[in-house]
Amino acid sequence: MKYAVGIDIGSTYAKVVVIDEDKNICFTLAQPTGWSSVDTAENVRLQLEEAGFGQDYPCVATGYGRISVPYAKKTITEITCHARGACQLFGEENLTVIDIGGQDTKIIAVKDGTVQDFLMNDKCSAGTGRFLEIMAKTLELSLGELCDLARQGGGTAISSMCTVFAESEVISLIGRGEARENIAFAVVESVVQKVASQAGKLQDVGGQVCLTGGLCECGYVREALERTLGKSVITSRHGRFAGALGAALSALKL
Amino acid sequence: MSNFDLPAAFEEYSEARQAGFLKVKEAKEGGRRVAGTFCAFTPVEILDAAGFLTVSLCGMSAETIPAAETELPRNLCPLIKSSYGFYLTDKCPYTYFADLIVGETTCDGKKKMYEMLGKSKELYVLHLPQGPDLPYAHEMWTAELRRFIEYLEDTYDVEITEEKLRAAIEKRNVMRSARCRLMELLRADTPPISGTELYTFLDGIGFNFDLDDAIAKINNLTSSLSTHKSEGVTVGGKRILITGCPIGGVFRKVVGAIERAGANVVCFENCSGIKPARCMPDQDAADPVAAIAHSYLNIGCSVMTPNPRRMETLPALVKEFRADGVVDIGLQACHTYLVEGHAIRQLCRDNSIPYMALETDYSTADAGQIDTRIAAFIETLGE
Ligand code: SF4
Ligand code: SF4
Repeated sequence: MKYAVGIDIGSTYAKVVVIDEDKNICFTLAQPTGWSSVDTAENVRLQLEEAGFGQDYPCVATGYGRISVPYAKKTITEITCHARGACQLFGEENLTVIDIGGQDTKIIAVKDGTVQDFLMNDKCSAGTGRFLEIMAKTLELSLGELCDLARQGGGTAISSMCTVFAESEVISLIGRGEARENIAFAVVESVVQKVASQAGKLQDVGGQVCLTGGLCECGYVREALERTLGKSVITSRHGRFAGALGAALSALKL
Repeated sequence: MSNFDLPAAFEEYSEARQAGFLKVKEAKEGGRRVAGTFCAFTPVEILDAAGFLTVSLCGMSAETIPAAETELPRNLCPLIKSSYGFYLTDKCPYTYFADLIVGETTCDGKKKMYEMLGKSKELYVLHLPQGPDLPYAHEMWTAELRRFIEYLEDTYDVEITEEKLRAAIEKRNVMRSARCRLMELLRADTPPISGTELYTFLDGIGFNFDLDDAIAKINNLTSSLSTHKSEGVTVGGKRILITGCPIGGVFRKVVGAIERAGANVVCFENCSGIKPARCMPDQDAADPVAAIAHSYLNIGCSVMTPNPRRMETLPALVKEFRADGVVDIGLQACHTYLVEGHAIRQLCRDNSIPYMALETDYSTADAGQIDTRIAAFIETLGE
């Protein structure tokens, strides 16, 4: 049986997908990247071996640590891989892919299965998962709890785009006795607004909007995005593996 | 003959740059005056006719930015901060040697920076009209140039005759055509020289103050490239046109990323590229000053409002150089180019030209991200 491996070494997590010849996902793995992508890549190799995937698989690496995977036959950027992966996951050729990751947010307009236009916010943590994580910590909540609480809140806003200032805004809201769910609401809203305004800059390809990346596991983020964009937003349980899946699909063609 | 000391930072420069500094020092000791400039709108023909050496003082290094930030806001274009930092720290021998600094009323940051430079350097600011198609724009700019000529004549006791102006226009046009011919070689299916090599060469030649020698060097390179091709070019690579802000301070990061991703830069539309090189005053015009004014007003810079020239030339250059995509470089906090970026994105969309905007500064902090963005953009251009 032929299979192909895609490895997406992101800034916080390394994601791995193995697919068979028919493009079915037969194995996934996600582990924290840690400080060395080289060690992570080696660790992934060992785990693949353990799971019964021998040596000679075609492998494509993507993500910011893509150059640290010595056994990858090719590297492709996460933009192309995410687009490919999302098309496969959602069975669509026209998509706006919103990927909210640990350190960056990518918005990709895909038409007829190819990338039409894209934007990356990778300079600043506003509008990324990192922003939510920091705020969750300040509120002494887990990321999941923050998202669930946010659903019940409303009526408050955070105006600062800078994570450091936003954090002090949150702290002063706590000090003022604002209800936690309202603060949680404001935090998620801040990310969603930023992402939506970026999405507005891209060409509207008229297709379905989908949410991938780690944050797609927080149901409320999807709902809030839907409300702000005024469009339906879909996710997949394999959403965080979109990039790795795209890499695996490219590896299959090698 | 007077003697001039070298600034303390002299030793920090490479030999090639040191040679340039020594030439300026020599020229100064021989009685030549030096004018420092910052912009493609500076009418160099007039300075040539007045016997000045002109040298660009445009800051291209991050090194002097911390010093500049002691006086300037952080949220300012790196080109302005770097330039001002060189002045503050006395690190740039050219700034140090400049008898006169010539500025123009272009963007707000630069205008205000000039005021600060003027505190301890002789400064002359030309008032550039910002609506190039206004009925009086041409007249106003011509009047500004005449005022500048008067100032030079009075202050430096020189005579700027029509003959001298005509000779200067002619010489500069030979130089500009030589630069154009070299840049136009990149229209070839496989460009004979890489973007990095071309840019480095053109940048360096700007510090050769012997114009005849500079022209000869450009022409030599052009003719040698008809037989000798550079290895820095990827055969069959995607063709990229660069537009936007001046890129001296970010070109290694950006052009390097494009080349690492297997594409070739075939055209630099920005300042120090094709845009100012194609601005050639009519040397046979009855009034040389009016001719200079006329040609400079055609530079499609975003400080103009509106800026129709850039909108017209960009799609034409894309065709001429058969570019597969446009990379628009905005320096952080450069409002005019960053805002105009939206119109350029739209223009490219309307003409079905793949487009990518990059906002960056002189630091290397975003080098990794820029590599990824550019590689992704090049992947979208297809195999
Ligand atoms: S971009 Fe405009 S303002 Fe800047 S140097 Fe060029 S012409 Fe002058
Ligand atoms: S890059 Fe923009 S902000 Fe900087 S000097 Fe040029 S026009 Fe002004």
